[in-house]
Amino acid sequence: MMIFDTPAFVLWFLAGLYALLVAASLSIRVLRPRMKEKDYRELYLRVRSWWIMITIFSLAIALSRKTSLAFFGLISFLALKEYFSIIPTRRADRRVLFWAYLCIPLQYVWAAQGRYGMFLVFIPVYAFLLLPLRMIIIGETKDFLRGISIIHWGLMTTVFSISHVAFLLVLPEHNALGSGVGLVLYLVFLTQFNDVAQFIWGKSMGRRKILPKVSPNKTWAGFIGGVVTTTLLGGLLGPLLTPMGWRMALLAGTIIGIGGFIGDVTISALKRDLQIKDTGNMLPGHGGILDRIDSLTYTAPLFFHFIYFFYYC
Amino acid sequence: MNTPLRTLYFALLVRPVVNLFLGLNVRRRENLPSHGPAVIVANHNSHLDTMVLMSLVPLKQLAITRPVAAADYFLKSKPLAWFAQQIIGIVPLRRAPAKSAEGHHPLDGCFNALEAGNILIIFPEGSRGQPEVLSNFKSGVAHLAEKYPDLPVIPVFMHGLGKSLPKGEALLVPFICDIFIGNSFTWQGNRQQFLKTLNAEMERLATEGNFPTWE
Repeated sequence: MMIFDTPAFVLWFLAGLYALLVAASLSIRVLRPRMKEKDYRELYLRVRSWWIMITIFSLAIALSRKTSLAFFGLISFLALKEYFSIIPTRRADRRVLFWAYLCIPLQYVWAAQGRYGMFLVFIPVYAFLLLPLRMIIIGETKDFLRGISIIHWGLMTTVFSISHVAFLLVLPEHNALGSGVGLVLYLVFLTQFNDVAQFIWGKSMGRRKILPKVSPNKTWAGFIGGVVTTTLLGGLLGPLLTPMGWRMALLAGTIIGIGGFIGDVTISALKRDLQIKDTGNMLPGHGGILDRIDSLTYTAPLFFHFIYFFYYC
Repeated sequence: MNTPLRTLYFALLVRPVVNLFLGLNVRRRENLPSHGPAVIVANHNSHLDTMVLMSLVPLKQLAITRPVAAADYFLKSKPLAWFAQQIIGIVPLRRAPAKSAEGHHPLDGCFNALEAGNILIIFPEGSRGQPEVLSNFKSGVAHLAEKYPDLPVIPVFMHGLGKSLPKGEALLVPFICDIFIGNSFTWQGNRQQFLKTLNAEMERLATEGNFPTWE
């Protein structure tokens, strides 16, 4: 079993996640009498989805590096598919969308092989230049700009950005702790934690709206409370999971806190434009997969380039 | 039908492709019939329609779930006929009954299947037609309901499969498929009324979704 090759700190960390899950399940049960049935149901579904997501994530991470890479590739595929299903696409672009899907396995092969240059330019350069060519061969010029822009934006968000999590896995080992898995745990956990922290701070003390036109439920208290909490937790976890000392880890936590917020509201803006509430229904209580990884589309590249610049250049 | 091969085909090939490669968003799955005889009536945009509907029923119900399909299309060549009958398990429908066929009713196959307690899948539009456009329903299903007035008819509206694999295309492009399952109804006293109810139900299910434009 590969699981025994997994560093002990990873298993301890995953065990910690399960402890959090147990705590979450217990606390919603204790709070149930004080909640409306509808709110309880929503929270119950949300926590149940967390159990499933964390179990799949833990297996993917603990089994082997290959399963972890494939897992993030699958996330990109599900997210791109969800995106193409909710936006208005052109009938003529069916085959162009197919080529866009084909970018996913290639992008994750570059990541798996650690080809940093190709990994960075493949979507912004090659896909950007060649997908319009496929479109031109089909020859439909009406709404050409809209057609090609929405495909490229989707690839950048769901494939290019998310694949940065996969590249963390293949970064060279820095010290006993600094293997890529620790960086992935740090990034993914803090990003999701930041979402929850902003939600709780906003619910409990939020008053002044921060972006009323885009996301009327988001408040300054939620944003600031979330960023501060994530920064502090980032400073605490950094020395345990990554090559960072606590000072750099505080900075990384701030980047994840602010970046996560921007990613979240960017997908909110997309949903508002399309006049939909959720991007899908894959994850009961959360919505679609884009609703869950919205923050990660910003934090993954931002955190990756932060850590790469200071520790791996 | 070749039951073991058929089960393997649907369990190991069709269901993974349908659920992972496409992805289904099903509303009111509980409205599907739990036993036969019953008729599932759906709109038709793609060859994938049958595969998706066959993926909605529990595996143990697979053996009694059979799509009704045009004999002139699906039985025209030996390999296709084998696949359609043994693996998909179609109930063949002779669309243009030859006068000489000694008194056979075109729906005989359907009658037999229903009397054996099967769940039939019927696409009353007759053809896949223009992708993602609802065309008029033919009256075959009304004949079934007339003969069996207690037969539950369950309307199902699907969106997205015409984008994934429209008529005349061989390349499958993944899109999430939206499925709206309506309430079952039975014979309405006369054919016109029955078809009107069916049309109205389908139109209502179709307006339930907020679909992005596709032009």
